[in-house]
Amino acid sequence: MSIYGRGLRGLALTTVATITVAFTLVFFYAPLDADQGFVQKIFYVHVPLAITALCGFVFGGVLGAMYLRTGERKWDIRSYVAIHMALIFGVGTLITGAIWAKASWGHWWIWSDPTLTSFLIVMLLFATYQPLRFSIEDPERQARYASVFAVVAGAFVPLNFIAVRAAQAYVHPRVLTLAGGNLPGSMRLTFLVSLIGIALLYSTLWKYEMAAKSTRMRVRALRRTLLGDDAVAPLKRSAAPL
Amino acid sequence: MRDERAPGPWRTALTVLRKDLLLELRGFETLPAMVLFALTTFVIFHFGFARDTIDGQLAAGVLTVTLLFAAMLGINRLFVAEREQGGFDAFLLAPVDRTALLVAKALALGVFLVVLEVIAVPAFGLLLLGPSLGSRLPGLIAMLALGDVALAVIGTLVSAIAVQTRARDLIGPIIGLPLLIPALIGMARGLGPVLAAGGSGSPPGKWVAILALYDVVFALLAYAVFDFLLED
Amino acid sequence: MSLVFGVAPALPLHTAGKYVAAAYIVFLALVLVYVAIMATRLSRTERDLAELQRDVALRREEEADRDREPVA
Repeated sequence: MSIYGRGLRGLALTTVATITVAFTLVFFYAPLDADQGFVQKIFYVHVPLAITALCGFVFGGVLGAMYLRTGERKWDIRSYVAIHMALIFGVGTLITGAIWAKASWGHWWIWSDPTLTSFLIVMLLFATYQPLRFSIEDPERQARYASVFAVVAGAFVPLNFIAVRAAQAYVHPRVLTLAGGNLPGSMRLTFLVSLIGIALLYSTLWKYEMAAKSTRMRVRALRRTLLGDDAVAPLKRSAAPL
Repeated sequence: MRDERAPGPWRTALTVLRKDLLLELRGFETLPAMVLFALTTFVIFHFGFARDTIDGQLAAGVLTVTLLFAAMLGINRLFVAEREQGGFDAFLLAPVDRTALLVAKALALGVFLVVLEVIAVPAFGLLLLGPSLGSRLPGLIAMLALGDVALAVIGTLVSAIAVQTRARDLIGPIIGLPLLIPALIGMARGLGPVLAAGGSGSPPGKWVAILALYDVVFALLAYAVFDFLLED
Repeated sequence: MSLVFGVAPALPLHTAGKYVAAAYIVFLALVLVYVAIMATRLSRTERDLAELQRDVALRREEEADRDREPVA
C-alpha cells in the first residue's frame, strides 16, 4: 500500500509559497486592466480554479480507466478523490465566476460566456457521480460503474467545451475571458504563477485526502485483524469508499 | 477458446434486436407511450407559448426537447426486462461477444426513435410548425438521423448503468441529460435554419460536423467501456 | 488585448474592491472549510486508534489472566 503522506509536507509548503507569490503579483505587480479596472483581478483566481477543476475531472477519468484495466481498488479510490476535489474547485469556479459576472456585467449569471455555460453543464454531470456511487451497494460493482462513469464523463469534458463554444462564439463577444494570446507579459506571468499555485493546491489536497482515507482504511483493517470481523462497525453511508 | 459454432457478434446483435422488436410489437407499451408523450407535449407547448405557429430556432428547440424527453421514456425501459427476468445472466453464460448486447440495444432504441419521429414530426408539422415540411425534409432527416445516433448510444450506456442501481429511473435521466447536451445543441442549432420561414432548408455544416464528431466519439467510448458494465 | 465592446464602464475602486475581495475570500473559505473537515476526520481517526489500542491491551490482559489460572 502506498504512503501518501510522504512528500506531503514539501508539497504543501511549495503550494503555500507559490500561492503567496501569486497573490502578491496579482495585487502589487499586475497592471490594471484598461476596460474592467480592478474587477479584472478576479480573473487570476477564477480561471486557474476552472482549469484545475476541468483537468481534475479528466484526471479522474484516467484514474478510473486504470481501475478498469487493473482491478486494483486503490485506483478507484484515487479516481473518487480526484473527482471529489475537482467538484469542490468547480464550485469555487462557479461562485467566483458569478461574482465576476455581477461586478462587470451587472448580473449574477450570464449565458454569453461559453466557458461559464460549459462549466455549468460539466458540473451538472459530475454532480451525479456521488448519487450514482451510493445507489449501488455491492462495493466491487460500485467501483466498476463509477470508473465507467468517470471515463465517459472525463471524455465528455473537451467535447462539451467545443460544442458550447461553437454555439456562442459568434452571437456574443466573449466577455469574461481575455483572449489567450493577447495578454501583456506582466499579466501573463501573474496568471501563470496563479495557475501553478492552484494546480499545486489541488495536488496537495488530493494527496492529503488520500492519506486520510488510506489511514482510516488501515485502522479498520487492523481492527478487523486484531479483534475479528464483528468488531468493525459498518460504514455509515452504504458502501461509500470511506 | 472460441467455440466454432458460436455466432459472430453481428448475428448475436441482430438476434437480440429481433427479440426486443418482437417483444415490443406484442406488448406495445413503450412506443405508444413515447408517441403520446410527444403529441401531448406539442399541445402543451402551443398553450405555453400562446401561439398558433412557430418557426426557426424556436421550432427547432421545441422539436428537439420533445424528442429528447420522449426518448427518456424509452431509455428508462431499455434494460428492465433483462434485469428482472435474468436476461443479463443468460447473456453472460452464452458464448457470445458481450458488446453485441450494446449494439442490439442501441439499434432497438434507434428503431424506436425513428418510428417515434415518423409519427411525431408530421404531427409537429401539422400542429405547430409554420413553414411547410415538404422541402425541408432532407435537411430535417439528416439532422434527426445524427441526433438519433447520439440518443441511442448515450441512452443505451446510461440505461445499462442505471438499471443496476437502486434509484433506477432517476439515475438515467440525471446522468443522460448533461451528457446529451452537446448533441442537443448540435441538433437544435442545426435545425434552426432548416425550420426557418424563409430559409434554405439545409443545416449549417458546422453543426452537422459537431454532431457527427460527438456520435463517433461516444460510439467508440461506449464500445470500449460497455464490457465492464456486464461483468458479474 | 481583445477585450470586449459593450461592457458597462469599469466600477469605481471602492465598489470594485468589494467584489474582488469577495471572490478571494470565497477561495480562502473553501480551503479553510476543507481544512476544518479534515481536522474533524483526523480527530476521529485518532480516537478510533486509541480505542483500538485499548481493546488490544484488554485482550492481551485477558489472555494473560487465563494463562495464570491454575488448571486443577
